Amino acid sequence: MNALFSFWIAHRVELASLLGQHVLLVAGSTLVAVAIAVPLGIFAARRPRLAAPLTAIANIVQTVPSLAMFGFLLPVPFVGGVGARAALLVLILYGLLPIVRTTIAGLQGIDATIREAGVALGMTPRQLLRLVELPLALPSIVAGVRVAAVVGVGSATIAAAIGAGGLGEYIYRGLSMVDTTVILAGAVPAAVLALAVDGSLLWMERELSARRRSWSRRVVASAAAVVTGIVLVSSGVAARQAGGAIVVGSKNFTEQLVLGELIAQSIEREGLPVQRRLNLGGTLICDRALLTGDIDVYVEYTGTALTAVFHQPVSMDSTGVFSSVRDLYARTGRTLLPPLGFNNTFAILVRGSDARSLRLTTIDDAARESAHWRAGFGYEFVERPDGYTGLAKAYGMRFPQPPHVMDLTLSYRALASGQVDMIAGDATAGLIKGLDLVQLDDNRHYFPPYDAAAVARAETLLRYPQARRALERLSGRVSPDAMRAMNYAADVEHRDVRAIARDFLDR
Amino acid sequence: MSTFSIEFRDVSLTRPNGARALDHFSLGVEAGEVLALVGRSGAGKTTVIKLVNRLLTADAGTVLVEGRDAREWDPIALRRRVGYVLQDIGLFPHMTVADNVAVVPGLERWTAERTDARVRELLDLVGLPPQQFAARWPDELSGGQRQRVGVARALAADPPVLLMDEPFGALDPMTRAELRAEFRRIQQKVRKTVIIVTHDMGEAFALGDRVGVIDAGRLVVCDVPAAVAASTDPRVRQLLDAVIATQREASAER
Ligand SMILES: Nc1ncnc2c1ncn2[C@@H]1O[C@H](COP(=O)(O)OP(=O)(O)O)[C@@H](O)[C@H]1O
Ligand SMILES: [Mg+2]
Repeated sequence: MNALFSFWIAHRVELASLLGQHVLLVAGSTLVAVAIAVPLGIFAARRPRLAAPLTAIANIVQTVPSLAMFGFLLPVPFVGGVGARAALLVLILYGLLPIVRTTIAGLQGIDATIREAGVALGMTPRQLLRLVELPLALPSIVAGVRVAAVVGVGSATIAAAIGAGGLGEYIYRGLSMVDTTVILAGAVPAAVLALAVDGSLLWMERELSARRRSWSRRVVASAAAVVTGIVLVSSGVAARQAGGAIVVGSKNFTEQLVLGELIAQSIEREGLPVQRRLNLGGTLICDRALLTGDIDVYVEYTGTALTAVFHQPVSMDSTGVFSSVRDLYARTGRTLLPPLGFNNTFAILVRGSDARSLRLTTIDDAARESAHWRAGFGYEFVERPDGYTGLAKAYGMRFPQPPHVMDLTLSYRALASGQVDMIAGDATAGLIKGLDLVQLDDNRHYFPPYDAAAVARAETLLRYPQARRALERLSGRVSPDAMRAMNYAADVEHRDVRAIARDFLDR
Repeated sequence: MSTFSIEFRDVSLTRPNGARALDHFSLGVEAGEVLALVGRSGAGKTTVIKLVNRLLTADAGTVLVEGRDAREWDPIALRRRVGYVLQDIGLFPHMTVADNVAVVPGLERWTAERTDARVRELLDLVGLPPQQFAARWPDELSGGQRQRVGVARALAADPPVLLMDEPFGALDPMTRAELRAEFRRIQQKVRKTVIIVTHDMGEAFALGDRVGVIDAGRLVVCDVPAAVAASTDPRVRQLLDAVIATQREASAER
């Protein structure tokens, strides 16, 4: 509890800005959803044959898990990609259903006599809608908006996966650091926000059903609210866009966060404003974001680029891999900078106690034990061409059960606590030292080199030579030991990533 | 050229479910006259009313309002010249009494002062002192008070024609008698062309300058009360007998 409060106090500026982003995401998407769903609901309410299929479509959209939805949208031009734009789109799609449904229900629930009275008094259809139908359906519509906004607060936490910011940032950061305090630092305010949104809209719903205020004043009040909201959202979006000349991205594990921060700060030291889009999910999300210009630079590993990005056969020669990857990037308008100085190969890890008692030093040694072991791997390792399948074949591993697929970061803890007996981690992971794990030697040279190097949009480097200078200055400066020490500081000592990067650059 | 304010010429109308709601129905109502239309439930009374303000249109024959075919009227303009008190009143539950009465002036874009003055005048006219009732909500009114608001709302823009569909149907006998007297007092003042629908012959005699009896979509008789009372038509006698029966019950209870 105390740890949580001191985290909030230490990060109060960041917390406020993440909370602000979260509110903007939810408010902006809900407003747009209302602007689309209410007219759609009005349209459908008058055409009963349309109402059913429309509700069905909206229902289907609702059941797509939000992470999958973000995935679908990544390659879509203009609206897709990473960042607040794509997140807003997904949140809008989710908001539509409840509002369409309650708009239809609210309008269809109006007493036919009351509607007939309006017609008989000489109202045009539009006057009937404005003066009678909408005011009477309003409590029901607000109920839908309430559901949309509350669901939105939840879904917006997932939006952090595509760099849209918001409180999900802390949740992802906490997950990748396996630090409950950081997870709670994001989850608690998100829950409080959801309760607050729920409570205030419920209150509004009750006020409206009590119909103790005149419709005209309500219109003025809602119009004012809408206008304020739009102004807030657009200023927020504008502020984000004007926020940084260079957008630095990173994947979603500790080392990438540290490297992203390192790049960001060294560019800032050249006097350029930087926007951080760290924690962007896996390799493919980062690659796509770099292609579309949503980010300008991030750190990739040569072997990963060769196999996962460019689908080339695995190769063992580290300089050869670097130059072919550099050529492949150059052809797509991107520049691979000289390597940072460490090779983050996959590390086949076992418990220190097993290594000592069973005298394990190479992966061959481990393959002998595989018949009575359980393995646990991250999602990416199971999927990639240089991952599990090839490893098992190269070393003749025979596990009695298929490997447990789990979050990469969690797999270290799973190994240490004995839930699995072998994992594939990062060679530079701070947890290796922190949890007394031992890396086995790749004696058959299965893994290609994974030299870390910054990759940037060529266009950006041309426009900002200071950025190129900053990146080149980092080349060759990050030794394996330095990287492992920084990962250890973040993962085991729970030090702030910004401070870790700052200390490194100050040395 | 017709001298009638409202005239039905040989009008027939079949409902979508095949029910013959009106069958060669002809009737004229003079300007400033109160016509009470009586008939049993399902006889076609509401259908007659809704043909006048074009909530329904005739399949055959012509409905003339102020000498003009209802089909030629712009329906919005027609409805604003024809006040309508619905069978179920249909007050807007999200508006105060004053706002309900001010609906048609609002549609006609009157100034706020003019609307305000008119609302006060009408609430006074229907016996609901504005300082006490203007700010009330429909669910804070008794059935009789709601019906009075319905009448005020229909009269708001001073329409020459007023249609009332069983306005006192759902009220207790005391309130009914009170509102009938009230209606006569108001009509003395405003002199509208009125069609008032009722299923009670006694009420028709009390309110109508003339009484029309409708049965199965046909007009059986339309004449001054005395002449209708003397009719020998079995369909009229049935309605008259019902009045006598209720009067007997009433005296038996005393
Ligand atoms: N909305 C409707 N749809 C179909 N038939 C209707 C409808 N309203 C009334 N009718 C039929 O039309 C006939 C006349 O109805 P109506 O004019 O409402 O009678 P009244 O008002 O005298 O009770 C009846 O047979 C009734 O069943
Ligand atoms: Mg009726």
